[in-house]
Amino acid sequence: MNHNSKIALPVALAIVAALALVPFYGSRAIIQDLFTVLTLLVLAMNWNILAGFAGLVSVGQQAFVGTGAYAMFAAVILGGVDPLWGIVIGGAAAAALSVPIAIFTFRLNGAYFAIGTWVSAEIVRLSLAQWKALGGGTGTSLPKGTTQEMFGVQPIRHLLGISNAAAADVLSYWLALALAVATLSASYLFLRSRAGLGLQAIRDNLEAARSVGVDPARLKAIVFVLSALGTGVCGALMFLQITRVTPDAAFSVVDWTAFVIFITVIGGIGTLPGPIVGVLVFYVLQRLLADYGTLYLILLGLFGIAIMLFARRGLWGLFTDKTGIELLPLRHRPPRTATPVPGIPPKIVKEGT
Amino acid sequence: MIWVDTIVQGILLGGLYALFAAGLSLVFGIMRLVNLAHGDLIVLGAYLILTASTVFGLNPFLAALIAAPVMFGLGWLLQAHVLNRVLGADILPPLLVTFGISIVIQNGLLEGFSADSQKLSVGALDSASLALGPVTLGVMPLLTLISAVAVILILNQIFYRTALGRAFRATSDDAATAGLMGIRPRNVFAIATGLALVVATIAALYLGIRANFDPTIGPARLIYAFEAVIIGGLGSLWGTLAGGIVIGVAQALGAAINPEWQILAGHVAFVAVLLVRPRGLFPRAND
Repeated sequence: MNHNSKIALPVALAIVAALALVPFYGSRAIIQDLFTVLTLLVLAMNWNILAGFAGLVSVGQQAFVGTGAYAMFAAVILGGVDPLWGIVIGGAAAAALSVPIAIFTFRLNGAYFAIGTWVSAEIVRLSLAQWKALGGGTGTSLPKGTTQEMFGVQPIRHLLGISNAAAADVLSYWLALALAVATLSASYLFLRSRAGLGLQAIRDNLEAARSVGVDPARLKAIVFVLSALGTGVCGALMFLQITRVTPDAAFSVVDWTAFVIFITVIGGIGTLPGPIVGVLVFYVLQRLLADYGTLYLILLGLFGIAIMLFARRGLWGLFTDKTGIELLPLRHRPPRTATPVPGIPPKIVKEGT
Repeated sequence: MIWVDTIVQGILLGGLYALFAAGLSLVFGIMRLVNLAHGDLIVLGAYLILTASTVFGLNPFLAALIAAPVMFGLGWLLQAHVLNRVLGADILPPLLVTFGISIVIQNGLLEGFSADSQKLSVGALDSASLALGPVTLGVMPLLTLISAVAVILILNQIFYRTALGRAFRATSDDAATAGLMGIRPRNVFAIATGLALVVATIAALYLGIRANFDPTIGPARLIYAFEAVIIGGLGSLWGTLAGGIVIGVAQALGAAINPEWQILAGHVAFVAVLLVRPRGLFPRAND
C-alpha cells in the first residue's frame, strides 16, 4: 500500500461520518441539496463503470431511473408495501428490464449501441405512459402521508426532534449516502477483482484480453445488469423524495443521462474519484449561476466540450498528472525485480495489497 | 381503402424523416461521426429561416436560400475546428462533444427566442391538398417527399459523379490511404459537414412549415433520424430514405390503431428491423 492510499481510507471514512452527521446540525434545505448531489453521484458512478470501464456508452440510463421509480410507485400504490421495500423492488425491476435491453442492444456496435439504448428507453417510457392505473401520460403521486409513515421515520423524528416531513427527508438522505458509499465501495472492489481486471483489459485491448481467456460479452453483461440495478434503486429513491412521478420526468434523457455524462466526463471518466469531482463542479456551477436561467447548462456543455478537446481524462486526470497523487488507484504494478528472468512471466502484484 | 390512405400518409411522413436523416447519414457514412446535435442544428436552421423571413419579409422558401450558406459555413467551422479533433476509434469523444453542442444550442435558443412555439407560414400552401381517387394528398407533405427524393438523388450524383464525391468515398473507405493520394481528409470532412447542414436547412424549412417548433424539440427529431439511418444501413442514402419511410408508415399505422401508439409503433419497427438485420437493410460500408 502506498502512502496516498494509506491516508485515503481514514480521510474517506471521516468525510462519510461528517456527511452522516449533517442532519444533526444542518438545515432541511442543506439536507435536500446534499440528497440531490448524492443521487446524481450514484447515477454518475454507475454510468462511469459502464462507459469508462466496460466501454458501454449508454445514452439510455433513464430507462432504469424511470423503471425503478415506476416499480416503486406501483408497489406502494397498487401493492400497498412500505416504500423502503418499494425501492428494493424498483432496483430489481430495473435489473430485470436490463436483460431484454441487453439482448437487443449488445448485438449493436459502438454508436448503434448508444442509439439502441436510447430507443429502448423511449419504448419503456411510451409503454409506461399507457399504464392507466399509474396515471398514464400525466403520471401520479404517492398517497398523502406515505413517506411520513415509512419504516424508520418515527425513530428519526424522536431522535432529532423534527417534523414528520423533515424526518422523511433525513431518512432519504441517509439512504442516498448509504447508496453512494455502497456504490463506490462495490465499484472499487469489483474493479480490483479478477473480473474488474478483465474488464480493463478488454477496454485497453480486446483481442489481447480474449487471447488470455477473458470473456467480453459475459463481463459486459454483468456490468450492464449491475449498473441498471444501482441506477434503478437510485431512481426509486429520487422519486420517493419527490413523491410524484410522470413519464416525462422519470425518463428524461437530459436529466438522467446528459447531465450524468457531463458530470462524469468533467470530473474524469474511467477514474473512480472522477464522478465525485464532477458532481461538485456541477453543483457549484448550478448554485453560482442560479439567477441566470439556463446559463449554467450552456457553460456545462462548453466545459464538457473543452474537457473532451483538451483533457480527455477530466479534472481528476489533470490533477493526478500534475501531482502524482492517486486515490483509489486501479493500476496493477509488476513486481520490482532488478533483472527479469526470461521465460518466466512476472507475478502480478496488486497495488493495494 | 382507409388503410391505403394511412399507408400513403405514412410514406409522406417518411419523406420528412428521410430529410431529417439525410444529412446525418452523409456524415455518419463518411466519417462514422454520430452527431447528437443534428436535431438541434435542424431547429437552429428553422430559427435562422424564421429570422431571415421576418427581417427581410421573405417567403420561407427564399429565406432558406439565405440560411443555407450560413449553415454551410457553420458546419464547415464546426467540423474544421471542433469535430475533427475528436474523430477516432473511440466513439465517446465525438458523442460527448456533439451532446455538448446540442445542450448549448438548445439553451442558447431558449435564451434568444424564448420557449414559445413558432411556425413558418407559406400562406394558402400550408393547408392545400390534392384529391387522388380515395387518397387525399397534402401539398406540403407531397413537396416534402419530393424534396427528400431530390436531395438524395443530388447527394448520390455528387457521391458517384464528381471529384468531391470520389474524395468522400475514398476517405470513407480508408482515410489514411486517401491522404497519400493527395486528399486532405480533414478538409473533405469539413465540406461534408457543411453539406449536411445545407440538407439540415432544407429539413428545417419543411419542419417549420408543417408543424410548430420550439427550442427543445431537436432530440425527439434526432431519434427518428437515427432510426432511419440505422434501418437503412451505414452509408446508403437510398437506404436512409427507405428507413424514413419504414418509420413513417409504422407511425401512421400505429396512430390509426390508437393515437397514443404513433411514436411507440415507430420505435418498435426500428427494434424489429434490427433484431432481424443488426446492420440495417442496405449496408454499403463496413463499420
